Amino acid sequence: MKIHEYQGKQILKKFGVTVPRGIHCTTVDDAVKAAETLGGKVWVVKAQIHAGGRGKGGGVKVATSLEKVREYAGQILGMQLITHQTGPEGQKVRHLLIEEGADIKHEYYVAALTDRATQSVAMMASYEGGMDIEEVAHKTPEKIVKVFVNPLVGLTDEQALTLAKGMGMNEASIPQCVDTLKKLYTCYMETDASLAEINPLIHEGDGTVKALDAKFNFDSNALYRQEEIVAMRDLDEEDADEIEASKFDLAYISLDGNIGCLVNGAGLAMATMDTIKLFGAEPANFLDVGGGATTEKVTEAFKIMLKNPKVKGILVNIFGGIMRCDTIATGVVAAARETHLSVPLVVRMKGTNEDLGKQILKDSGLPIISADSMAEAATKIVAAVK
Amino acid sequence: MSIFINKDTKVITQGITGKTGQFHTEKCQEYANGKNCFVAGVNPKKAGERIFDIPIYGSVKEAAKETGATVSVIYVPPPGAAAAIWEAVEADLDLAICITEGIPVRDMLMVRNKMKEKEAKGGKKTLLLGPNCPGLITPDEIKIGIMPGHIHKKGRIGVVSRSGTLTYEAVGQLTELGLGQSSAVGIGGDPINGLKHIDVMKAFNDDPETDAVIMIGEIGGPDEAEAAMWCKANMKKPIVGFIAGVTAPAGKRMGHAGALISGGADTADAKLAIMEECGFKVTRNPSEMAKLLKAML
Repeated sequence: MKIHEYQGKQILKKFGVTVPRGIHCTTVDDAVKAAETLGGKVWVVKAQIHAGGRGKGGGVKVATSLEKVREYAGQILGMQLITHQTGPEGQKVRHLLIEEGADIKHEYYVAALTDRATQSVAMMASYEGGMDIEEVAHKTPEKIVKVFVNPLVGLTDEQALTLAKGMGMNEASIPQCVDTLKKLYTCYMETDASLAEINPLIHEGDGTVKALDAKFNFDSNALYRQEEIVAMRDLDEEDADEIEASKFDLAYISLDGNIGCLVNGAGLAMATMDTIKLFGAEPANFLDVGGGATTEKVTEAFKIMLKNPKVKGILVNIFGGIMRCDTIATGVVAAARETHLSVPLVVRMKGTNEDLGKQILKDSGLPIISADSMAEAATKIVAAVK
Repeated sequence: MSIFINKDTKVITQGITGKTGQFHTEKCQEYANGKNCFVAGVNPKKAGERIFDIPIYGSVKEAAKETGATVSVIYVPPPGAAAAIWEAVEADLDLAICITEGIPVRDMLMVRNKMKEKEAKGGKKTLLLGPNCPGLITPDEIKIGIMPGHIHKKGRIGVVSRSGTLTYEAVGQLTELGLGQSSAVGIGGDPINGLKHIDVMKAFNDDPETDAVIMIGEIGGPDEAEAAMWCKANMKKPIVGFIAGVTAPAGKRMGHAGALISGGADTADAKLAIMEECGFKVTRNPSEMAKLLKAML
């Protein structure tokens, strides 16, 4: 789960990390009021969407007067902000963060994330903040310094110092930087984050270390014990179909192709998508119905897939283990009837009660195409939509 | 022979009184020598009771002491699952198999590091399979987990995969071609887990009754590449490899900083390339895994 920058900064602040003073708002009038409340002569008007790359897309502006705050807030609120992470249609801006200006002397990068290879928390830092860190990693990997934190011990002073020095932090700011890194680590662990990134972290003219941005991802398995984080969820920023699917315990991700697929198990679902591509078409979605698919779940899955106007055919691939093929077949027939299915449907079922399932499909009188292997199913659906 | 478990293995079920635990324990008991293998359950509140004919104990330690069991299977719900793993480790079992899906990553980080700390101090090493895995099976001997027993056939091919249904797919293909399995192992899809591809490949390499292996992976993480490198230098048996997720969109499953750490080597294409370089017969068509393997025997 992701959150907005202004929410990320609230979390950082709670854990003691210095952030600029700022006010979240949703109207132009409130943006001007926020600037007045903050005082000073320089403000930053920042679009709040979940995608990164907002500055380049025109979603971050520095204003030197209240009139400019009004002008920029008016431009940004409601715009379709397009960044390299939003896709070509962009994301509508519904929230703003108005912040006091900062006296930026240098921009650094720091982040915490879980490292699966070492089964520890990796903390990374770089002198090259403010830019795309993937580019830094690609072109100049030596400019990224990493330490691996044993979660039983926590980030040690020594490790934090290694990071602060390795990232070339301003000498006078090192003690505060060490402190900030330790707080970032604590914050990462206590909020069950899977990524906590500050890009940029800056030092100001007076040496103050400040987080000018905050990006968080949270472990969805841990949300049951993170009420405060869950309250920050913004459904406007998420795919409506994916939210609908999650209500029925279906894992759904929409893609760009024209063949809808319904599969049990994430690995088999990916393998099915790959097979469709191998035989000359593209999948319209990833959809894992999970272990205990009921008729209701299968029907909902069909509805969600069919909402996508690009879908020209559907491939169902089920390996029946605990879930029996006859149950699935009954569900598929009911779903096809209820949704008045008008696109070709290929069903491949294997495993428990396979023959019974095939018979149910056959007896339904519906034009369902049956297949024995994934390859055969993919060949048949690709031919049917051409 | 087989890897990790056989018909003489004695198993404790943690979470036996829950709906999932009960359902699958019954299925496991019905499979092959299951009646003799599943000897104990654990639930501190129901110690002294019985479920089916299996006695319930108050702790894993007590269950192990009373029955001589050396393996446990865990169906405990996510909030308590990591603690259940730790209980199995503290009881010095040989192997804990965690089926539970949805355990917080932080809990897994903690328990994995506690396990490593215990080993470093000279304590007994308990292997962990999973979490979020289907378990493992040695056909016609014992099944520990949630896989459908009847698709398996006793034989000499090893199968290892992260995903449950994709394991069944490979097993189903093998059985259809008349090729039985020595053991089939699902290592689970979670980022922080116990046994990895490399560990299972080592076990298959050492098993005199395994002739060849199907190794199935997925996008994300360095595990398949690590296993492939090890196999290149050590594996004496033919391997067919498949990686799911050529069409999976980047960034949907893993944050970009995660991909950064692994240096971009964790796309399906990159993994397939490494596996091929290391002597695997790789395929992009998951329907022909068993067919390719048969051609290599």
